[in-house]
Amino acid sequence: MATIDAPNPDIQATGAQTHPLYWKNRGFAHHFRNADEQFDACKLGMWLFLSTEILLFAGIFCAYAIFRMLYPEAWAAGSHHLDWRFGGLNTVILLLSSWTVASGVRAAQLGNNAALIRNLVITLICAGLFVFIKLYFEYIPKLSAGKAPGTFFSYPYAHDPHEPLWWSIYYIGTGIHALHVLIGAGLLIWVLVRAIRYEAYGPTEYTMVENSALYWHLVDLIWIFLFPLLYLIH
Amino acid sequence: MTTAETTHDHHDEGSYLTPKYGVMGTIWDWMTTVDHKKIGVMYLFAVLFMFFLGGVAALAVRLELLEPVRVAADGTITGQLFGPANPESIATGNNIFNRLFTLHGAIMVFMFIIPSVPAALGNFFLPLMLGAKDVAFPRLNLFSWYIYVVGSLFGVFSIILGGVDTGWTFYTPYSTTTDADHWRVLLMVLAAFVLGFSSILTGLNFIVTTHKLRAPGMGWFDMPLFIWAIYATSIIQVLATPVIGITLLLLIFERLFKVGIFDPALGGDPVLYQHFFWFYSHPVVYVMILPGMGIISEILSVHARKHIFGYRAIAFSSLGIAAVSFIVWGHHMFTAMGELASTIFSALTFLVAIPTAIKMFNWIATLYKGSIAINTPMLYALSFLFLFSIGGLTGLPLGALATDLHLHDSYFVVAHFHYTMMGGTVIAFLGGIHHWWPKMFGRMYNERAGMIGCVLVFIGFNLTFMTQFFLGTQGMPRRYASYIDEFQTLHVLSTYGSWILLAGFLVHLFNFIHSLVAGPKAPPNPWGGLTLEWETESPPIEHNFHHEVLVQHGPYDFDTVVPPHCDEREFPLPETPASH
Repeated sequence: MATIDAPNPDIQATGAQTHPLYWKNRGFAHHFRNADEQFDACKLGMWLFLSTEILLFAGIFCAYAIFRMLYPEAWAAGSHHLDWRFGGLNTVILLLSSWTVASGVRAAQLGNNAALIRNLVITLICAGLFVFIKLYFEYIPKLSAGKAPGTFFSYPYAHDPHEPLWWSIYYIGTGIHALHVLIGAGLLIWVLVRAIRYEAYGPTEYTMVENSALYWHLVDLIWIFLFPLLYLIH
Repeated sequence: MTTAETTHDHHDEGSYLTPKYGVMGTIWDWMTTVDHKKIGVMYLFAVLFMFFLGGVAALAVRLELLEPVRVAADGTITGQLFGPANPESIATGNNIFNRLFTLHGAIMVFMFIIPSVPAALGNFFLPLMLGAKDVAFPRLNLFSWYIYVVGSLFGVFSIILGGVDTGWTFYTPYSTTTDADHWRVLLMVLAAFVLGFSSILTGLNFIVTTHKLRAPGMGWFDMPLFIWAIYATSIIQVLATPVIGITLLLLIFERLFKVGIFDPALGGDPVLYQHFFWFYSHPVVYVMILPGMGIISEILSVHARKHIFGYRAIAFSSLGIAAVSFIVWGHHMFTAMGELASTIFSALTFLVAIPTAIKMFNWIATLYKGSIAINTPMLYALSFLFLFSIGGLTGLPLGALATDLHLHDSYFVVAHFHYTMMGGTVIAFLGGIHHWWPKMFGRMYNERAGMIGCVLVFIGFNLTFMTQFFLGTQGMPRRYASYIDEFQTLHVLSTYGSWILLAGFLVHLFNFIHSLVAGPKAPPNPWGGLTLEWETESPPIEHNFHHEVLVQHGPYDFDTVVPPHCDEREFPLPETPASH
């Protein structure tokens, strides 16, 4: 148990950096043969986890496709209520954040802690903007106009009896995605705090940065599919 | 396989079971452990407790079916086990019966059989058989145990609050309309949702462990077949479970917010739920059976002292079953699909029989000319071959469209899946527990008592479920609390069988308790096995092996290798070297 975070015997820190979380002080868990093996294992684990996330969203995409086939008019009517400009802005914001988080990984690999922190902060600002736009310009006005899911639907000018179903799919799809944005942001905050406090990431220790960034790319990727399906095609 | 220096025995490192602190300290040590062996043992006790709960419900269901429910001319009711005895109470009694079989199904599927072999025996033996010190992510492993416990508690609370009568499959609209004034259905659905995460994390951990932590010298085809089976299982767990996650989440939204996705009144489709559900739950029946098949490969080879026949065929058939499992879910909805789709799903379903039969023939060929030791694990393995053959072959009439229209939702289906799930997985699980008991706890069990228990389980099982095949073909529908008089003889026999089963399990229980208290100390390798777990102490030391293991021979090379640490009184050295 105590050996899981064993200090690295090979690299000894010098000077003021004596905290065990400082990247040069980090070792690897005792059941791995070396740090590379641990890094590979963590990355494989993360990719497997991402595949489960994709399958989770696959259920929503599948429901979208089936009901789109059954009720094309409802889908066309529903998607007219979405403003592509907000969706497009959010797409740009997420793409930008994917770029900055990738730059953050690069900064960690190069041992440039200041650049890592800078990139993470920009990414987090993008995450905040995304959620803000989603809530303030989309969810709240739509819900107050009665465009709510299922039986809560009370919008008086609906064109098609199956429009409530469209809104159910819209809120579930984008809602679960937004939840993932928040989880991803939480992971990045965790990385940021450790980068600021302990300078925890560097050329030999960036697993956490890389895996959180992978998660963030997944969040981006799912939005890339949600955006055209919901906003662009009718 | 042999350790680099097996002659150096360091006895300074204690077994993983040795308590190092006081009572509270030891409890705290177990609750916070990241040792895969302790987590495996904690899983073992947790799933066996759930097996007990689900078993009690099963016995109650069988007891209610001992007599048909009848109202006499004077108004007295006979044959009703639950609820008050007046004519208006029949609905109440039926309601209780529904909740009991739902409870039995939900507990047995989600809380017992899915985690049974992989999480309990897999956790303990996967790293040992790979020659690793632990699984790849030990803390994640402990976390998944806690998720399992939380999920199971949700399920148990739901039962205490009155239970659900949706059936374990939570089909809509039962699951969206029944008990509308109460949140216990939500709690039960949430339990299955939470348990899914535990399953995903365990599977993920095992895949990474198998890829990254094999001992030096162990290639993919030097792995024991149990590992191949667990690996195939883990792939299904990782790829199928998220789909049930989103399905149950949609179901929760449906109940809470009436989103309409499964509600025809709002344009939704209840059959869509069934498609989503079985896209997970059909692959998952192979999560239940594949690890059992892995155990059988180990037991047959070790206790018949024969090299496993067709190693690669068995390994690839595990992956084959995992692959086919994803494309057969439609056979649960033959009556709700078009003719073409039904025909395609029927044809795909038959494909499952091929890899399964490959395994079966290879196992039987392994036994041929082996020196078969008749002991409890071997008896269970032989029972598995017999029972699982019946379970598998009776799947074919259910997969064929014409016969399925007659047999679906009848006792034939009940008997079929009990022959595969219980006659397959539970029998293999029991065989595996006996096979690895000396390694896990360092004590031998009483062989005679074990064999008596096995024979009782075998007889009881067949009496309970063989009768149900006949009931099914005669038209007895599943999930009914009563039946016509003609069915009573078979129902009575089936209920008697369940009591014999209980007796068999009790014999095992007392045997295990006796072994823990007073069993003789187990040698490191009581069966003369060649896989790596037999190379360390019984029970294993805290870090599994004294030295880093170096794999020097295959897991089943009984014809060329003398097992190390073997009790030589039982397995004398060969007098003349074999010609090859």
